[in-house]
Amino acid sequence: MKEEKNKYQSRRDFVRKAGKVLAAAPLVGLPILLTKKANGSGYVWQIDPYKCTTCGNCKTSCVLTPSASKCFHAHLLCGYCDLCGGYLKEGAKTISTGAEVQMCPTGAIERKFIEEPFFEYNINEDLCDGCAKCVKGCKDFGNGSLFMQIKQDLCVNCNDCAIARNCPSDAISRVPADFQYKIKDRV
Amino acid sequence: MKLMNKRYIPYILLIIMLLWHAVMFAQERFPRPEFESGYVYPEAQLPLQRSITWEYIDVAVLIAALLVTAWLAIKKRSRQGLIWMAVFSMAYFGFFREGCICSVGSVQNVSLALFNSTYTIPLTALLFFLIPLVFALFFGRVFCAGVCPLGAIQELTGIRPVKLPKSVESVMTAIPFVYLALAVLFSAMQSEFIICRYDPFIGIYRLDAPYTMIIFGVLLLLAGIFLNRPYCRYLCPYGVLLGIFSRFAGRHLTITPAECTNCRLCEEDACPYDAILPSNPEQVKEDPSRSRKRFIAYFLLIPVFAVAGGFLFYTMAPGLSMVHRDVRLAREIRAEKETGDEAVSKAAVAFRETGETEEQLFDKEMKIIMRFRKSAPWAGIFLGLSLGISLVSLTVIRTRTEYKPHQGKCYSCGRCWKYCPVEVNKTVK
Repeated sequence: MKEEKNKYQSRRDFVRKAGKVLAAAPLVGLPILLTKKANGSGYVWQIDPYKCTTCGNCKTSCVLTPSASKCFHAHLLCGYCDLCGGYLKEGAKTISTGAEVQMCPTGAIERKFIEEPFFEYNINEDLCDGCAKCVKGCKDFGNGSLFMQIKQDLCVNCNDCAIARNCPSDAISRVPADFQYKIKDRV
Repeated sequence: MKLMNKRYIPYILLIIMLLWHAVMFAQERFPRPEFESGYVYPEAQLPLQRSITWEYIDVAVLIAALLVTAWLAIKKRSRQGLIWMAVFSMAYFGFFREGCICSVGSVQNVSLALFNSTYTIPLTALLFFLIPLVFALFFGRVFCAGVCPLGAIQELTGIRPVKLPKSVESVMTAIPFVYLALAVLFSAMQSEFIICRYDPFIGIYRLDAPYTMIIFGVLLLLAGIFLNRPYCRYLCPYGVLLGIFSRFAGRHLTITPAECTNCRLCEEDACPYDAILPSNPEQVKEDPSRSRKRFIAYFLLIPVFAVAGGFLFYTMAPGLSMVHRDVRLAREIRAEKETGDEAVSKAAVAFRETGETEEQLFDKEMKIIMRFRKSAPWAGIFLGLSLGISLVSLTVIRTRTEYKPHQGKCYSCGRCWKYCPVEVNKTVK
């Protein structure tokens, strides 16, 4: 009787051990399979400004409020226009710095006089909420020197970026963290 | 001959105009001004970069927290300590690191990397996936006990455990399997990360989420007061994997610190998860040939379930493919063509802007549906197999001489300890 019990026990032990080996196999196998596909530097989410359609989803879709995606300005592309499509509302009666004529709902674009008839525009990123209205204005009426980018120091790097999911033109993708920004350098 | 040439002129003009338009399109409308006042362009500021260091610190904290939890659950047997671990994990992984990346979601990164050549998995995501599983294989589900931020918040809010009827419970525990199968399928198809999207507590950790998810999270927490850990038990897809690995755990939390005296004090309501396997030495033994027959019958049902599951998911593939955005867009565009409902979504507007032809889009749609046709059956086979195996396991009745935790179900939370009257005299070795 006693012997039988021992035998029973050892068979159960064997099943247990076999199960353990079976369970451990994927734990060993998976890293081997994935070592080729793993990268140490991680990834970030990035907007391709050339694919962006300035739909405004960046502002509303991000899990953060205000959104981590902001407007950037490439001064080298800017025409320094007095009548700026990104700064002024369509149909603005006067060209001024008044709130009623500004395109930006938060007043995040700063306009600075350089020389007749040129003005420099800068984005105050603390105020920018990523609505992309100015980007659309600049794209439609100007050079397209304003563009959207995700501020990586603000972004919480969701595993599944909520803006990417809602981006209609698929402009947001995972990129290796070595190239975190795509700065516009051509029109 | 001359006439022929004339006929071509409009077309040539058209081509020239189109080319010109294309050039125009990519041209600076306002050339860079030539400044006379000696204006210097503002230096392009390098925007702040994201550093990867924090993610490696997370991995280190994960390992340390798992070690401490395993020690508390198996050696020290301190429920108080486990509660403090839960508080720590909630504070660090939840509120401080805002819940990304977590082991639960990393399942999708692994599946995306396994089935797609274009994606490389971040090393930290891979480690977050593997380390809790390794710990489950050695010490049981210590990750659930006090390290997982999703589990921690529920552990701390579960105050008044109520038991569900067994039939309801067993139906509900099937949901995580379906969730896991769909999550792996959708991420492998590059469509959606559903675990992350429907994470109920991340909104609470970030204090920022769509209000529907906040409501869902709060409802779960409210339900969790009575029905402990509702997410872990009835939704968590990673818990399925942890459960499988934990069944083979080398060392596992025990109810009693020494030998079980079969006092039955832990039988009634010590475990809110119904994870205590009772001692049953006197149970009536069934006729062995009958139980063997039932075992074989159920065993033969496994392939039937697997095939049925595969077939079910094969037929469901076109429906499932709707989670992919290109398929949705293609349906919208087709609906516009066929029924005249104008495609007004932002995706449709953007599609028009890119200049892609409808044929290209429909082609892409077909390819995605074909991929779903090929892959979805595997999800069905997995579900069929799991159902079959769990049925077979019902026919195997074991005799136990002590009360012990069900290693697959036990979250190593240590609630049962205080019910056990057995004491170890620590001075005697």
